[in-house]
Amino acid sequence: MSTLTALARAQAFACGRALPIATVRHLHVHDRPLVLVPLAMAGEANAPLAALVGTDRAAPELLVVAQPRNRDQRFAFAAALAERVLAYLDSCIGETEAVAVDRGRDVRHRYVDAPQLWVPNTGGVEFVRLLGRSTRFRSVDGEYPVPPSVPLLGRWLTFFANSAEMPGSSLLLNAVQALGLHWATGQSSVEDAHLAALLAWIEPPAGRTGVEAARDAELQPPAGPATDPDFDNAVLAPLMSVPEPDVAALTAVLREQMTPAWEQVWRSLDLLRALPAGDRVAGRWDGDRDTFSAYVQYLADGGAPQPRRDGAVAAAARLHRLENAAGRYAVQRAFDDPLVMADYRLTGQAFTGRVTLADPDRVDDTGKRPVLRPRIMVATAEPVRVEPGATLTSPARPAQKARVVSLTPTPAGTDVLLELSGGMGRKLVAEPGSVPGVGEDLLLTTLSEAYRPGATFPDPADTPWTHGGPPETAPDLSPSDPGGEDAAGA
Amino acid sequence: MTGGAELARLRGAVPAKRHNARTIAALTGNPGCTRRAVLDAAGVDKPRLAQRIGFPSSFGQSRFALARGNGFEAMLKADGCALLLALLRDTVGLEAPDVGYDDLGSDADDTLAARQARTRELLAGAAGAALIDHPLLTLDVAGQQVFLEPDLIALQVRGRLHVVEIKSFAVVDGQADGAKVSGAAVQAAVYVLALRRLLAELGHDETLVSHDVVLVCPENFSLRPTAVVLDVRKQLATLRRQLTRLASVSGLIAALPPSVRFDLALPPAELIAALDQVAARYAPECLSTCELSVFCRHESAGTTATLGRPVRDALGGIETIDEVLAFAAGTGEPAAEQAEAAALLRTAARLRAEALTR
Ligand code: SF4
Repeated sequence: MSTLTALARAQAFACGRALPIATVRHLHVHDRPLVLVPLAMAGEANAPLAALVGTDRAAPELLVVAQPRNRDQRFAFAAALAERVLAYLDSCIGETEAVAVDRGRDVRHRYVDAPQLWVPNTGGVEFVRLLGRSTRFRSVDGEYPVPPSVPLLGRWLTFFANSAEMPGSSLLLNAVQALGLHWATGQSSVEDAHLAALLAWIEPPAGRTGVEAARDAELQPPAGPATDPDFDNAVLAPLMSVPEPDVAALTAVLREQMTPAWEQVWRSLDLLRALPAGDRVAGRWDGDRDTFSAYVQYLADGGAPQPRRDGAVAAAARLHRLENAAGRYAVQRAFDDPLVMADYRLTGQAFTGRVTLADPDRVDDTGKRPVLRPRIMVATAEPVRVEPGATLTSPARPAQKARVVSLTPTPAGTDVLLELSGGMGRKLVAEPGSVPGVGEDLLLTTLSEAYRPGATFPDPADTPWTHGGPPETAPDLSPSDPGGEDAAGA
Repeated sequence: MTGGAELARLRGAVPAKRHNARTIAALTGNPGCTRRAVLDAAGVDKPRLAQRIGFPSSFGQSRFALARGNGFEAMLKADGCALLLALLRDTVGLEAPDVGYDDLGSDADDTLAARQARTRELLAGAAGAALIDHPLLTLDVAGQQVFLEPDLIALQVRGRLHVVEIKSFAVVDGQADGAKVSGAAVQAAVYVLALRRLLAELGHDETLVSHDVVLVCPENFSLRPTAVVLDVRKQLATLRRQLTRLASVSGLIAALPPSVRFDLALPPAELIAALDQVAARYAPECLSTCELSVFCRHESAGTTATLGRPVRDALGGIETIDEVLAFAAGTGEPAAEQAEAAALLRTAARLRAEALTR
């Protein structure tokens, strides 16, 4: 927790409503997202009870499992959900665009659109992951056949759940986290996990403070997938513990229980849409479209379902990708948003100052070839925690590097002498405006968007068994034995 | 040592709320809270107290979850524990020919004494591999004898005892909900501790009870059981510390003015006044671990603690939100040890305002 965000929470408490901790939106919001509000049966690993699903706010479809322990009903639910999800995915597959790769020597194609799935909270993401796990290996023949759409749904849900772990990806989003990235409430993050309470802080009804509104909201049904135990005992149990549940009655109570969460997710989308998107959001969505396009292709080529667990090499490579993405995402948010950058200014990893001297035409000819190396002096009153030799960047000129030549303390703060390279054109004279001029206010930071090459990992086939050996890629398609998965209550 | 009389005075004319492994495990949840320690030591019914003072909280359990848990346990224990024995053979190396199985009877109050005696008897013998079902152990909690009923005790061939804990949450691809696993580990640690004390009483070496407990859960999306071995040494240490602390709470209780009473027959205002006399240490985590949390949250309003530990730390540990805002505005007068935090808050406020007005 940064001090700035913590301070925002304290201020939010005092003024009785949530306060912004971002000035721009840091995620992509699709024009036509698919919203999924799932509910699971208490006590089971992943027995769907119901789901509200759809792209139309006014017309959610409610899928209900009257007997969640019944295997046939569970897979009927999966098939019904598959129908909706796969139709949505199909609607994103259409027009493609060419993207230059390998420095323009080649092109590849990606879809202009990609899907975006919304769930209420991190529990919803976990539901997606588990439902993906329980369906992607299902067999379409054998003793317990399921329709082909079920294992396909499983692969897609797993795809979404995996992408949700990738920092900066907007393929699967949850409302609690998305709102929490942009607003600080006057309560704890434990309480923020209740979507209704979080929204109550962001938009308290007239005349009510955030605390009061949040207390009221806590009485609303939880946004799933866990049910309220009192609802289970008082409402669901009497309806479900009969041999032939009254499906109409069950549907009615579930709809009533789940509609608030459905509305809250759409309300969250409204709030986020009202914020202007950060400059680098579109670039990250391009990456999401790449990922989506690649997975469509992978499935078309007959790719196997994702393994139960990554082998050692795949796990290490994935961890490396996640770390890189996290670093890149943090830097991009700071570059897009002065309020996020303020965190780094507070810790001395960024500072602002005014250019007091500039030598834009300076050429360094001590090497084999003369190179353009302008120098500027920046005076700052802020703490500067960098060493001579460090390389700084300015969000205004991200392609330009500024090497710290010297730091001189002054009565007002520090004079920082910088030598610039890059982002000034190819000639020995800097292009107009590419070198900061005297009087210009500048923000400089040790954060850098520079591309960090990925580590190389050995081919899985070359990995010794001590490191997990070749990863398990072949799915285990053996039919369920009577004591095995999904046999319970069958 | 506080007499039962003093605790009874504190509690009023109702029987003490009986502890079980779950409530003892919960004691480790907020070890710094004196209020909870006092109420628990006196056996006050916290849910009813919270209700009485107008701050009820819901800690209900779903019937579906209970049914699933019971079903899973019944399945494991059917036919003389056939399924469980097979599983334990693989995990703790229980050897088939030696295994005996003793069911000490059903869970009813009138069998308490008999089951406890039989448990002692079986353990006094402590030889040969066996499973003891429905054993009954006791543990001293703040001078009060608490009866504990582990799911099972497994005696291994070489005389090492293992506690077996049956839980109905799933282990999917070797992964389970971290919070649930750690909850199960603390509960199992309670049994290990009670078992060790019993063995010591019987003149055995208490380390005969292994700190490795066996957790039995359904695997993936089925009811097929899987077993994992958990090392509960860390949980044991925490538990011992908390029980010692609870024992010393008696001193605290003795020092409380006679007006402090949690007799549920008292009017709410008096109960609240009594609560005020015993210091609490509220944190948002209380909301899922302590039945008094809604009251304590209300009482702590305006403190940085209500915003959560990470927020409080990021604010330099400053106690109240008012102080934080005063320092941020440059109007407060920080004490020497607050000076650094105050300066940081001031800068933070300036940077925040600047970024928002841009
Ligand atoms: S809710 Fe109150 S009594 Fe319970 S542990 Fe927290 S602070 Fe202590």
